[in-house]
Amino acid sequence: MTDPPQPGDLTPWASLKEFTDARIALGRAGTSMPTRELLKFNAAHAAARDAVHVAADFEALAESLQTAGEVVLHVHSRAADRAEYLRRPDLGRTLAPESLAELEGQPPADVVIVVADGLSAGALAHVGPLLALLLPELRGAGLSVGPVVLARQARVALGDGVALAVGAKLVLVLIGERPGLSSPDSLGAYLTYAPQIQTRDSARNCVSNIRPAGLGVRGAAWRLAHLIRQALRRELSGVALKDEGGEPPGDFAPLPHS
Amino acid sequence: MACASPPKSGDELAGLAAGSAQEREAARQILADLPLRLFLEELLIPYETDEVTRLIVDSHDAATFAPVSSLSVGEFRDWLLGDEATPEVLVALAPGLTPEMVAAVSKLMRVQDLILVASKVEVVTRFRTTLGLRGRFSTRLQPNHPTDDPRGILASTLDGLMFGCGDAVIGINPALDSVDSCVGLLRLLDDFRQRTGVPTQSCVLTHVTNTLEAMARGAPVDLVFQSVAGTQDANSGFGIDLALLDTAHAAALELRRGEELAGGFGDNVMYFETGQGSALSANAHHGVDQGTLEARAYAVARRYRPLLVNTVVGFIGPEYLYDGKQIIRAGLEDHFCGKLLGLPMGCDICYTNHAEADGDDTDTLLTLLGAAGVTFIMGVPGADDIMLNYQSTSFHDAWYLRRMFDRPPAPEFAAWLETVGLSRDGGLTLPGQAQLRELMGTAGLGR
Repeated sequence: MTDPPQPGDLTPWASLKEFTDARIALGRAGTSMPTRELLKFNAAHAAARDAVHVAADFEALAESLQTAGEVVLHVHSRAADRAEYLRRPDLGRTLAPESLAELEGQPPADVVIVVADGLSAGALAHVGPLLALLLPELRGAGLSVGPVVLARQARVALGDGVALAVGAKLVLVLIGERPGLSSPDSLGAYLTYAPQIQTRDSARNCVSNIRPAGLGVRGAAWRLAHLIRQALRRELSGVALKDEGGEPPGDFAPLPHS
Repeated sequence: MACASPPKSGDELAGLAAGSAQEREAARQILADLPLRLFLEELLIPYETDEVTRLIVDSHDAATFAPVSSLSVGEFRDWLLGDEATPEVLVALAPGLTPEMVAAVSKLMRVQDLILVASKVEVVTRFRTTLGLRGRFSTRLQPNHPTDDPRGILASTLDGLMFGCGDAVIGINPALDSVDSCVGLLRLLDDFRQRTGVPTQSCVLTHVTNTLEAMARGAPVDLVFQSVAGTQDANSGFGIDLALLDTAHAAALELRRGEELAGGFGDNVMYFETGQGSALSANAHHGVDQGTLEARAYAVARRYRPLLVNTVVGFIGPEYLYDGKQIIRAGLEDHFCGKLLGLPMGCDICYTNHAEADGDDTDTLLTLLGAAGVTFIMGVPGADDIMLNYQSTSFHDAWYLRRMFDRPPAPEFAAWLETVGLSRDGGLTLPGQAQLRELMGTAGLGR
C-alpha cells in the first residue's frame, strides 16, 4: 500500500519559487489551500493588520534625531484616532490647529522633512538610517534643511501645510505605505516643490517600496538627493521631473564591507 | 438616491448618506414610487456639461424600454423578480435601461434579489475563448511581479495554468509604466501563448495611451485596457475621454487578433475596470452616490462591447467601503447593475489591509457571486498580490467555486486543459513528469 499524496506532492513545481516571491506551488488539499499555507497567509495578514493599527514609536525616533543634532517637532492631523483617520482622508491631510502654532517661528529653509505614520508604523524603522545618509548629502550640496516634523495620523498632503507654515521651498514626506502581506514595513517618500493647499498628485514625485527587501535606504537616499537638487534647481516637481538618479556610485555612503 | 443607498463610508465621506436608518427607509419609500421614466427626464448630472450623461441619454433605446416604461422603481423590482422577466427578456431589455434606473432599483433590493435577477442574465463575449456561457465561469490569471521580472511573471503564469486558471485573460498590472516595458511584457505573454498553444488572450493593464503607442509599434495587443468612471470629470482625472476610447477601440478591432469561434468571430477587444468611489476620490462626484456613479461607468463600458468588465470592489480602501459587509454588498450591486446593462461582469473580490475585512469576507462574496453567475474572478497566486499589495482570490478559490457550482471554464480552454493533461473529465490532475518538463521548458524555466 502506498501513502496518500501530501498536499505538496500535488504541485510538484516548487523549483519555480526561485523566480518569484509570489505564493506559488503551495500544494493543494483536494483543490483547496493546505493547512500550513492557510496559517502562513493568516499570520501575514495579522502582521499587516498590526502594522496599520499599532501606534508609531515617534519618541524613539525623536530621541535619535535630536542626539544627531536635528530640530524635531511633533504635530498631529485633525484625525483624532486611527478609526477616524481611516474613514476621513480629508482630516488626515490637514494640521490640527494647535499643531500650526507648534510650527511658528522656524527660520525659512530649502527643505523641510515630514515623517508621517501613514498606514505602517513599522516602516518608520527605516527613517533614521535613511535620514542619516540623506541629510549630510543635502547639506553638503549647500541646501538648508529645516526641522524634522513628526506627524501622527497623517497623510501625504499634510506636508503641504507644514511647508507653508515653516516657509520651506520643498517638502519631503516620508510615510508608512499601505502594507502588503509580503511587505508590511514599506516606506514611501513624496517630494513636492512649492506645495500649496490642494496640490495635485501629479505635482509630486514618489520613491516607494523603501525597505530591506525592496529599495534599500542607500539607493533611496541617493535618488531622493538627486530629485531634491533637481527640483530646487528647476523649480518644479511631479510628472515633469523624471527620476534619472539611477544607482548610487561606489563612493556614495559605501557599505561597511564593500 | 443617495439617502436610499445602503450605508457606505464613501457616501458618508461625501456628505450624501442618510442621517439615520429611518431617513434611509423613508428615502427608499419615496424612491419606490418614482416612475422609471423620470430618470430620462430629470438628469442627475447635467447633459450640457457631462459627456457620460450625453452618452446615456443619446444611446437610450425607447422602443426596447417600452415594456417597463410605465413602471415605478418599486414595481420594476417586482417585475424583475417575476416570471415575466425571463433570461431572454432581460437580455433584450438592456439597451432600454439606463444606469440610473438599475442603480435605483438595486437600492430597493436585498442581497438575494441582486443574486436571483443577475443569475438570469447571460452575457456572452468572445475573443479566443467564449466567455459568459451559462453554467460556466472564467478566471483572469494575474501574475504580477514587483519589478516586472519576466521569469517571475512566467513562474506565476505557469502556476496558474497548471491550476486551470486564465481562460478570461492573462493580465499583468505592470510595475513600470513605460511603453517600452509594456511592449516587452506584451511580447513575453504572446510568445508564451503561442508556444504553449493555450487558447486565451493577454493584456497589460496600462493606460490606454500607452497601449495605443504599443499598437503603433506593432506590439501584439489582444485587449485594450482602461479604468473608467461614471462622470466626465472623473474620466478626465484618469486622462481619458470617449473620443480617446473610440480611437483605441477602432485600432484594436483593426488588428483582428481574435479567432473564429463556435458562436462567431471574437471581436470583443476591450477590458475595463471600475470600482465604487473612484469619482469621489477624484473629487468629481457631482453630489451623486457612489453606487449610481459606478453604474454610469458601465454606460461608458458598454459603448465598446467589451470582452470583460471587472469591478475591483475592495481595492480602493475603507474610506469608500469600510468593512466586509459594505464590500460584499457593493460587489453584488455592481454585478447586478452591470449584468442588467448587458455587460460581461467579473469581480476582483478583494480587500486591503487597512479595511475591516479578511478571507472570510472574500469567501462570502465569492460564494454569493458564484450563485449570481459571475462571469469571471481573479486568480492570484495564494490570493496575495505582491505588486499591488492587496488580497484577491486564489487559484484554489476558483476551484472552490467550480466544485460548489459545477462550473467549468470556457469551452475552448477546458478542452485544451484535457488535451494537455492538466485536467481529466473536468477535474484537476497532477501533470506527468514529461508534461511538466515541457511546460517549464516552454516558459524557459526548466532545469
